[in-house]
Amino acid sequence: MQRVEGEIKQKAHELLKSGVVSSVLAWKKGDLVYDAAPAFFKSPNALEDMVYNGFCCSNLSKYLIEKDSENEKVLVFLKPCDTYSLNQLLSNHRVIKDKIYAVGIGCDGKIDIEKLRAKGVKGILEIEEDGESLKIQTLYGDETCVRRDILLEKCLNCKGKDHMVYDELIGSELSEETALGDKFSQVDELEKMSSDDRFEFWRCELSKCIRCNACRNVCPSCTCRKCVFDNPHSGVNAKVNVTDFEENMFHIIRAFHVAGRCSDCGECTRVCPQGIPLQLLNRKFIKDINNFYGDFQAGETVESRSPLFDYNFEDIEPNVISKGRGIN
Amino acid sequence: MQRIGAFVCWCGSNIAGTVDIDAVTKSAADEPGVVYSAEYQYMCSEGGQLAIRRAVEEHGLTGIAVCACSPRMHETTFRKTAAAAGLNPYMVEIANIREHCSWIHKNRESATEKATILMRAAIAKLNLNKPLFPGESGVVKRALVIGGGIAGIQTALDIADAGYEVDIVEKSPTIGGRMAQLDKTFPTLDCSACILTPKMVDAAQHDNISLYTYSEVDEVSGYVGSFSVKIRQKARSVNRELCNGCGDCITKCPVKKANSEFDEGLSKRSAIYVPFAQAVPNIPVVDRENCTRFKTGKCGLCEKICGTKAIDFEQQDEIIEREYGVIIVATGFKPLSPERYGEYLYGQSPDVLTSLEFERMMNAAGPTGGVLKRLSNNEKPKSIVFIQCVGSRADAKKGKTYCSKICCMYTAKHAMLVKEKYPDIDVHVFYIDVRTPGKNFDEFYRRAAEQYDVNYIKGMVGKLADEDGRLRVIASDLLDGKQITIDADLVVLATAVEASPDVRALGTMLTASMDQNNFFTEAHPKLRPVESPTAGIFLSGVCQGPKDIPETVAQAGAAAVKALGILSKNKLIGNPCIAESNELLCNGCSCCENVCPYGAIEYTEKEINDHGNRNNRRVAQVNEAICQGCGACTVACPSGSMDLKGFTNRQIMAEVDAICRT
Ligand SMILES: Cc1cc2nc3c(=O)[nH]c(=O)nc-3n(C[C@H](O)[C@H](O)[C@H](O)COP(=O)(O)OP(=O)(O)OC[C@H]3O[C@@H](n4cnc5c(N)ncnc54)[C@H](O)[C@@H]3O)c2cc1C
Ligand code: SF4
Ligand code: SF4
Ligand code: SF4
Ligand code: SF4
Repeated sequence: MQRVEGEIKQKAHELLKSGVVSSVLAWKKGDLVYDAAPAFFKSPNALEDMVYNGFCCSNLSKYLIEKDSENEKVLVFLKPCDTYSLNQLLSNHRVIKDKIYAVGIGCDGKIDIEKLRAKGVKGILEIEEDGESLKIQTLYGDETCVRRDILLEKCLNCKGKDHMVYDELIGSELSEETALGDKFSQVDELEKMSSDDRFEFWRCELSKCIRCNACRNVCPSCTCRKCVFDNPHSGVNAKVNVTDFEENMFHIIRAFHVAGRCSDCGECTRVCPQGIPLQLLNRKFIKDINNFYGDFQAGETVESRSPLFDYNFEDIEPNVISKGRGIN
Repeated sequence: MQRIGAFVCWCGSNIAGTVDIDAVTKSAADEPGVVYSAEYQYMCSEGGQLAIRRAVEEHGLTGIAVCACSPRMHETTFRKTAAAAGLNPYMVEIANIREHCSWIHKNRESATEKATILMRAAIAKLNLNKPLFPGESGVVKRALVIGGGIAGIQTALDIADAGYEVDIVEKSPTIGGRMAQLDKTFPTLDCSACILTPKMVDAAQHDNISLYTYSEVDEVSGYVGSFSVKIRQKARSVNRELCNGCGDCITKCPVKKANSEFDEGLSKRSAIYVPFAQAVPNIPVVDRENCTRFKTGKCGLCEKICGTKAIDFEQQDEIIEREYGVIIVATGFKPLSPERYGEYLYGQSPDVLTSLEFERMMNAAGPTGGVLKRLSNNEKPKSIVFIQCVGSRADAKKGKTYCSKICCMYTAKHAMLVKEKYPDIDVHVFYIDVRTPGKNFDEFYRRAAEQYDVNYIKGMVGKLADEDGRLRVIASDLLDGKQITIDADLVVLATAVEASPDVRALGTMLTASMDQNNFFTEAHPKLRPVESPTAGIFLSGVCQGPKDIPETVAQAGAAAVKALGILSKNKLIGNPCIAESNELLCNGCSCCENVCPYGAIEYTEKEINDHGNRNNRRVAQVNEAICQGCGACTVACPSGSMDLKGFTNRQIMAEVDAICRT
């Protein structure tokens, strides 16, 4: 991926200089190697701080919606999974295709710093990525590690290495497959629980929520100009703040709002400082939608309409829901 | 703050018998906003309404909550009362404490508790009501009738006679529908063509009627009073203006092997053809699939013989765009094909016919010139078996669950016609029940069974077996409780009446709802039987459900009257309970647009001033004339921008809160 980083920087340089784009959305070096964060770069000089490595996990597509009313074109780099989100944003008209230049880039799966720490790797200075094997320089000497063992949860359920939308591709042929297995296995386990146990499970998980709103803010499907939870006239913003059910309400309503639009990008789970498996809730919706209406992947194309927001000639009348189509 | 009056109705003993009216009235007085509460025996009566009007005046009420029967029953009544008292009619809420409470509960205590809760919810909502003002829209004074069977013809004639323009769009090359194929009609046994063809000619010659035959509806947009329709007039390959109907082309056409649709495939026709001699219009059609000229580029004999140069092989489909105030659906039916029931040997033995094929065979102008014969050997049959309910009254997997309604009568008709003409033929009829309600209908059936000596057997046919050219019918006789076999030379299957599945696409275009059998559903099964739930769409004939000709004609007239009710108005008053988007909140995400079944939502790019922050945004706008207030968009909208006037999210939330309050 080091080679890819070079190419990316070069592309950014070229397009900024020629004036095709007026800014670049990419990742910026942090104080520590694992601190890479989304950033806009406005001049060729600023590109020095740009990085692309195993820690560039954030999905940049969401940051594009801030740009929808400005008169400029943005160059954005997107990993395969991020392109599903971009399509979703395009089909909801929250990003205008003409205002962006999307470059699809390769991805070998991104690293979960917590998993690395759990392995006892501390004081990380630098990481050298060579396909499956990672060499890590630390304050306390060199370590090696297998990528598969420290991948982010979302990468273990990778949707594949193909980009769904792009103007240009860089380094995509180098991507390593990382998907491990059945993304619904955890949902299946939850379904097997008794409803009391399941309620307990979610109560317990959601009670950890501190309402930092990170999950909502990062979610590329959650794109309202004004969230109902910030709108005092919505009637739900402070509905149950007298009880400890408020967080539960927040997450249930959020899951409903993104149902059919969630592309399963996994950002919500990744950013939650409390480690709540939020994506699991959305996956349950995805699984149900697949069961009811046939397999559907949000963001596969711009035209694809979520079954929850669609009518067509084949639709059965609401009063004739045939048996056996749903889940038993 | 509202000043609300709560009025609790006894509905005689209908409500008061189960609900403690006094208790509900008293606790209403304690609800927020309520300044007056009262009860009355019949709130909807003169006296009840007067009491409401007085209370509005005396207590300066701004809103009225009526705890009574279903709003479907009397909402309009109380809106009128409010208007008479000087209030906006939409400052009325109904708590349904009859259908939703007293009628379905027995325990007085819990029924009273529920009635109190329903009352509370209505008042909580009313506190948030705002006056609403309906919009007006114009009416295009022209009707579209889709389908030119007897139903469509009758509706069109009735509307045209009342002085309005009507267009008939008919899929096939001629109007007339199924009735044109029939020989004689029950219960009077008069000749079908003799009563139908004059009507076909009337329709063609009426100044107010335009026929679009060999045409289909491609696209429908708009709303009641102003539908815009694209009609596809399929290429006939014959110029309608030039053709004089001489028929020379038909005689000349060397292709003689195409199946005649009109004769149900029992006879052959040429590639250029008119379906039958009395077809309206009498203009041939080239069936491009069978025409040699279209298949090989050679031939063109018809073109050469035509004296008026009417043949036009290059003719293209033509799209005609027209506006209509109302649309009447009259797409009729097709008999179910019995091929799927292998046990009846249909399609395997030429001596097994459907009833419609039998009609053709009995007809003097039909494939056999009205002579009854076995198609296997051209001999006269000695014994005929009729099997009723083929595909009707079956379980959903095997056929249609409903009774097709007309088969008992037309089978009796067939049996009698056979006996009349050939008294020596044995006629047996297998039936599950004989159903003959209708004027002179049972008498008709009894005549068949008693005077004509038709052998009616209550029983089911298990299967047919081809025994050296004769058909052995193996059946159970339910009255005698035993297995029987009858040797037949001819078997006639009374197949179910089926709505053709391709009308579903039409239903979707019209946003008119259909049932699981592809019949159009009426707005109310008893009270609004000829209206579709979609405003401005009416139903005529068998497209709504199986029926015979007298019923079809009656319904066709009723549909015409309903349609005239709209055509005769200059302005239509809309329903103000429609959706509205809040541009400040709208994301322009299209979620609402995607779910709106009426296509009422459009988008504009607009500069929005969001608290001093100005920018251009894509925002949703509801077309007030098209929106039906279904509310689908408000549920889909994630931001809460879309709201339904009269049923706002806040009002609904307030109702839920009121219900949950302990
Ligand atoms: C074997 C048999 C015997 C019968 N005998 C009797 C009898 O003796 N007495 C009696 O009272 N009744 C009898 N009936 C019933 C009678 O045929 C019907 O009641 C009558 O034909 C119904 O008329 P309709 O106009 O509703 O439908 P149809 O006659 O089916 O006419 C519908 C018309 O709409 C057209 N159409 C369909 N779809 C479209 C579309 N998408 N666009 C444009 N046009 C379209 C069709 O081509 C057709 O011309 C009999 C029926 C059968 C099957
Ligand atoms: S809900 Fe979570 S997984 Fe779904 S799109 Fe939003 S951030 Fe991604
Ligand atoms: S990111 Fe986690 S803690 Fe923050 S609001 Fe979402 S669920 Fe709650
Ligand atoms: S309420 Fe909404 S979805 Fe329903 S018709 Fe009106 S705009 Fe369309
Ligand atoms: S669903 Fe709501 S936010 Fe989206 S376009 Fe419609 S009104 Fe606007």
